[in-house]
Amino acid sequence: MSDILAYWASMGGKLSAHVLLAAAALALGIMIALPLSVWASRSRPAARIVLGLASLAQTIPALALLALFFPILLSMRAVFGDGLPTLGFLPALLALTLYALLPILRNTITAREHMADGVIEAADAVGMTKWQKLRLVEAPLAAPYIMAGIRTAAVWTIGAATLSTTIGQPSLGDPIFAGLQTQNWALVLAGCLASAALAMLADTLLGVIEKGFAERKGWMVRGGIAIALAGIAAAAFIQRPHNDNSIVIGAKSFSEQYILARLIGQRLEDEGYRVEYRDALGSAIVHEALTSGAIDISIDYTGTLWTNQLGRKDNPGRQAMYDQIVQWEAETSGTKVLGRLGFENSYALAMPRKRADEAGIKTMEDLARKAGRMTLGADVEFFQRPEWFAIRDAYGFDFARQRTFTSTFMYDALIGGEADVITAYTSDGRVAADQLTVLEDTRHAFPSYDALILIAPETATDPRLIAALMPLVGAISVEQMREANYQVDRLENKKSPAAAARTLAEALARSLPDPGAAPLARKALKNGADITR
Amino acid sequence: MAGAANWFTPNPKQPRRPVLTRACIALTPPVMDHGPAPLLQFVSVTKKFAKVAAIDTINLTIRAGSFVALVGASGSGKSTLLKTVNRLGDPDLGQVLFKGRDVRYGAQSALRRRIGYVFQSVGLFPHMNVAENIGIGPRLAGNPASKERIAQLLQLVELGPQYAQRMPHELSGGQRQRIGVARALAGEPQLLLMDEPFGALDPITRDGLGKRVRALHDQLGLTSIMVTHDMAEALLLADRVLVMDGGRIAADETPHALLTGKGGKIAQALVAVPREQALALADMGLTNQGPNNAG
Repeated sequence: MSDILAYWASMGGKLSAHVLLAAAALALGIMIALPLSVWASRSRPAARIVLGLASLAQTIPALALLALFFPILLSMRAVFGDGLPTLGFLPALLALTLYALLPILRNTITAREHMADGVIEAADAVGMTKWQKLRLVEAPLAAPYIMAGIRTAAVWTIGAATLSTTIGQPSLGDPIFAGLQTQNWALVLAGCLASAALAMLADTLLGVIEKGFAERKGWMVRGGIAIALAGIAAAAFIQRPHNDNSIVIGAKSFSEQYILARLIGQRLEDEGYRVEYRDALGSAIVHEALTSGAIDISIDYTGTLWTNQLGRKDNPGRQAMYDQIVQWEAETSGTKVLGRLGFENSYALAMPRKRADEAGIKTMEDLARKAGRMTLGADVEFFQRPEWFAIRDAYGFDFARQRTFTSTFMYDALIGGEADVITAYTSDGRVAADQLTVLEDTRHAFPSYDALILIAPETATDPRLIAALMPLVGAISVEQMREANYQVDRLENKKSPAAAARTLAEALARSLPDPGAAPLARKALKNGADITR
Repeated sequence: MAGAANWFTPNPKQPRRPVLTRACIALTPPVMDHGPAPLLQFVSVTKKFAKVAAIDTINLTIRAGSFVALVGASGSGKSTLLKTVNRLGDPDLGQVLFKGRDVRYGAQSALRRRIGYVFQSVGLFPHMNVAENIGIGPRLAGNPASKERIAQLLQLVELGPQYAQRMPHELSGGQRQRIGVARALAGEPQLLLMDEPFGALDPITRDGLGKRVRALHDQLGLTSIMVTHDMAEALLLADRVLVMDGGRIAADETPHALLTGKGGKIAQALVAVPREQALALADMGLTNQGPNNAG
């Protein structure tokens, strides 16, 4: 409980960003839905089209809807120019607005069906113009229904806004995603409770306004609106633009990324930079965010860039792959590949050591022969990734079952027997901790996954920043990374990513003077960069 | 027998004369007429719903001050004809002339403010109190009704001024329709259109309100058109009965003429119903027997 309170105390920025986002989406939703429903209530075909489209938007999972706005906005840059943001507030706002439309539309349109017999006929017969009819009869009679729709929309929007974390918009989803990833349930709970409390508060407030409309009590309407506006104004005050140049570090949604982002961030803070984190970004989004300057620094992997960004299917070998990626990034966007961190986070297939030994499986070739009786568990994106096609075709895998898990639960599924083999990550702390056997890729079907530091084109022109990060190049061994990941992922005595990053930095400082450390890192040390801070 | 027939004869002590105070000059009368100028003229009015003619080439002249009942079975076109007057449903062909001018000339809303309209479901605005409901027409016209005027209008429909602040849901069906009538009269219309105005009321309320409306018609010098499927109501209240059948006028007679057998088969079939009911009731009264023992 005290953990949750402590997390809440530090959540002001996320909460205010969440409030602003949800309020803006709701306001925009109302502004679009009300005129639409006036139109729809006067024409049956219009009602059918409007409600159909709004329902369609509703059937798209919120997570996908948010992600879809990224390519949409990207293509709209052709019209609006490169200044159009593709990540963060704008796409989150648009997606959530779409989400808010349906309940408002549906309630407003059906409000007309709830009107007493003859009211509309009477409004016409006493000589109201269309505008008078709307203002004097339709709007006041529909107001309680519209408010009920707005209440539903508010609750949905506040809930769905937690998902905007995945497209780089800070929200109460940040603690939820970070907590889920690192199995820090107190953090998840803190985020969920904060979001639920916000939704309930908004619902209560709008309920008072709705009651005010229904009972025609002006003070209730005005009071409710005043309190809501005060809350939004307070959030806006907290979120007021700072005129500083924070360095934004992006992280995909797994522990290693969180830790490395903190490792980089702590170094930059020591250099006097102000640092912000965009955690839990979708894997597809993070590269575009970097090249467009929405974030300044990211950690990516050679194999991922090779297949996803360069669109290559061949495997020229580790060094050639790296060289071509460096060149490709420089040429296409000016993004700087600062260097390799020193370890690989490759995909690998892993089994519990005991079961692997019993079945006599040491390599992926061994596995292929017995795949027909086995279940392969993988992270949610794996079966769509080129790596899966590559190993499937190279080894002719034909598993009895394929199941997907979030990467957090994949290991538990393996231990629990819900999967016989999983796609593990070589730098994952649980590979050692859970006593897993990593099956040998005898045909070299998996590409290499050297971890890289990438720096956005504009940010790459800052020599002080480059100098501050250079010591990390070639500095981290896979054992060190596994240890850091495990500190965050283990169930007991968990560390936060920031704490694990500090421990990792201390370990690096001890190991750096070794002759085995990367020459560049040593050079950077000589130049005065101090890794112990 | 003679007593029963008298029951349906207009009382000779209360002659229903057209009131001429507001007789007006027809600007372009397409049908020449003698006597008081026509307030309303239908010229070849036709309206079709899904290719079936709901009203078929209606030609009709209604004089100022008359109380006209439109009677017919459901689907005979009587409501459709009524709604062409205040443009709740424009005809496909033909013209409706109000004071000699085509109703489609000028703003719909302005026309409607000059025509009172009362209909079966009343359509009181549930979010407005009685005073606001009654005063809506004058308010729309930019000339809000005073408290005194509201009280006066309430008095016309036999309700006390204390009703002004009530909400519609606090009223009985009969009271609601009284407010509906008061609302229709608030704009001092010359023409009052009623579409089954008493159809949803219990018989006693219905009788009382019918008489009240007829009295207001005379008192205020209105021209009234009432759609009803109830021939008895038409005969008792109107001074001209139009029987509609299949979108056409089947009969156009005074109540007296209808009761003396004029107007043709369709009209007489409608007149026969209340007449036979009245006879049966009269017989029961004479023989002091229930219907099962009759005959």
